[in-house]
Amino acid sequence: MTSPLAFLFNEEHEMVRRLARDFAAKEIAPKIKELDRQQRFDPELLPKMAAQGFLGICIPARYGGAGMDYISLGIVSEELEYVDTSARVVMSVHVGLNSLGVFQWGTEEQKQRFLVPQAQGERIACFCLTEPNAGSDVQAMRATARREGDVYVLNGEKVWISLADVADHFLVFAKTDPQADPPYRGISAFMVTRDMAGVTTGSYHGKLGVRAGNTGWVKLDNVEVPVENRIGQEGEGFKIAMSCLDNGRYTVAAGALGLIRACLDASIRYAQERETFGVPIARHQLVKRMISLMVQRRDIGQLLVYKVGWMKNMGLPHSREVALAKWFCTDASFDSASDAIQIHGAYGYSDEYDVERYLRNSKGAVIYEGTREIQQLMQAEYELGLRKRPRLRCELPAYDPAEWTGET
Amino acid sequence: MKVVALIKQTPDTAELPKVSVDEARSGQIQTTMVINPWDEFAAEEAIQLADRLGATSVAISMGRPDQTDALKHALAMGIQSAVLVDEAVAAEGDEWTAAEALAQAIRLQGDDVQIVLAGKMSVDGNSGLIHVGVACKLGWSLLVNVTRIAEVADGRITVERSFEGGQEVVQVPLPVVISVAKEINEPRYPSFMGIRKANRAQIPVLGKDEIPISPAPPRARWENLRKPEQRTVQVKIIQGATPQEKAAGLVDALLAEKVI
Repeated sequence: MTSPLAFLFNEEHEMVRRLARDFAAKEIAPKIKELDRQQRFDPELLPKMAAQGFLGICIPARYGGAGMDYISLGIVSEELEYVDTSARVVMSVHVGLNSLGVFQWGTEEQKQRFLVPQAQGERIACFCLTEPNAGSDVQAMRATARREGDVYVLNGEKVWISLADVADHFLVFAKTDPQADPPYRGISAFMVTRDMAGVTTGSYHGKLGVRAGNTGWVKLDNVEVPVENRIGQEGEGFKIAMSCLDNGRYTVAAGALGLIRACLDASIRYAQERETFGVPIARHQLVKRMISLMVQRRDIGQLLVYKVGWMKNMGLPHSREVALAKWFCTDASFDSASDAIQIHGAYGYSDEYDVERYLRNSKGAVIYEGTREIQQLMQAEYELGLRKRPRLRCELPAYDPAEWTGET
Repeated sequence: MKVVALIKQTPDTAELPKVSVDEARSGQIQTTMVINPWDEFAAEEAIQLADRLGATSVAISMGRPDQTDALKHALAMGIQSAVLVDEAVAAEGDEWTAAEALAQAIRLQGDDVQIVLAGKMSVDGNSGLIHVGVACKLGWSLLVNVTRIAEVADGRITVERSFEGGQEVVQVPLPVVISVAKEINEPRYPSFMGIRKANRAQIPVLGKDEIPISPAPPRARWENLRKPEQRTVQVKIIQGATPQEKAAGLVDALLAEKVI
């Protein structure tokens, strides 16, 4: 029987979904509750994801990747977050924000030096943009990169960095021209490696959600970064950061879709078991309403997310579309998790059931990688003609199955 | 040498309760279909044995011509080729008929098939009879519940198998049909390269021309098919002012139910 989603997914995608689903069910689900309680990052997770090829899923085989397409990246993100957000964050940060940035903007030499070990999972990568006083207002960043001969000397502090304490490679944004007007033109991008003197990192505890994920800070104290580690040209950092966010937001939106599905499945299961007034609560109209809203969010989210996956495959610019998908899906996952707790009643308010973790995990994505409010402003500005997506010197390469797989 | 893994496509165990009686009768099951979980162990062992022995691995399944998901899963794991037996060749038959069809398909793979591996049962039919029937039809040795294949040499195979209360080491001449226990290995996940290969694979379908089975009345047939009644569970909270009172109440309740 033909799947009603056959216009989105081919047979290969369905096999990728089955693989990611099995992986998440076997490797993450059995221990996630305890890891979340302990606020502990599973040290086995990254090697397992690397062995499976997830860490280079949509990177061409010639750069050490699995050579799958961007839709596969979305599917894996969705299925991982169906079980827990912490695993999806790895895809967002390591693959979306860093590796795809190097793939898009890096020189061939940089791809060989950074992308190959990242795609193979031998080096873990993260993305360092946010600062204590620069979140949505990126160009307010204070980190500096001062050119001294063959090196840039980097100073600054980056916060809310996923994988900060486990990463080997840090894609850092800093100002090479603090006086630039407008300020964003003074930002450049650098690949900093953990072995460089002056790099220190630490982890946060006490986060509302994603407690099994590693999040922390990165301090750069007179770090000497070779010129050949600058990604892109001087002053191109803002554009690089925004294009990396196009990739990160895609994985965040896809993950949020997985979270909506997890809320829906948990709610259906519970609503059919729990009885009040002599019938399963699934028979009550207001419970049905909450379930129907989750169905609506899932189906709309699916179309928004995989439209972006298709646009990426085709090499089409998609900054507006991915911002819309990220805004809709993250808001929808928060609302779905809230409804899932409501359906579970008092049981949902404890960690006996997963839905409370879903709610805590869902909130972060409404904030990071561009707040809901930033995404909303973008939609209006695109529509009003106040914002245009510029052509970039380096666009994200379209998917080319023959070239990417190296198979004929 | 060739190593064959017998693979069945079954409903996802998580969705088994959703399968209706009508769907089961007609075979038109609407749930997600996957490789029978027990057969994953057989596929994994076939891949490992092929590596160890320099042999080739083949997966054989029986089903509708469009039911290739399980075979593709086996290919994505690393099985080298796959063959589907159209279930129409054994229409109206029983397990014995299915075993005959599979045995013929195995013979068609050539004389160099020396080892046939199977899971201990399927999660839908649960008969656990197919591999037994295949061994009978082929006239080969049968080893069940094998937990380790220790050695294949000089036309003989040495295995460890478990039985209730113990393990034994058994040696039989090749060729052999083996049902594997879950202790034998840890099935690998499909690889992305394997997924691409499986997706491109053309899986030959063997029909009545290749597998002629003379129609014979089935020795066993389904008289009736029904879903088991849903179990009703009653929860009783033992009340008591102190832990001792609650414990005493619990003991009384367990005695009354003849649990202890």
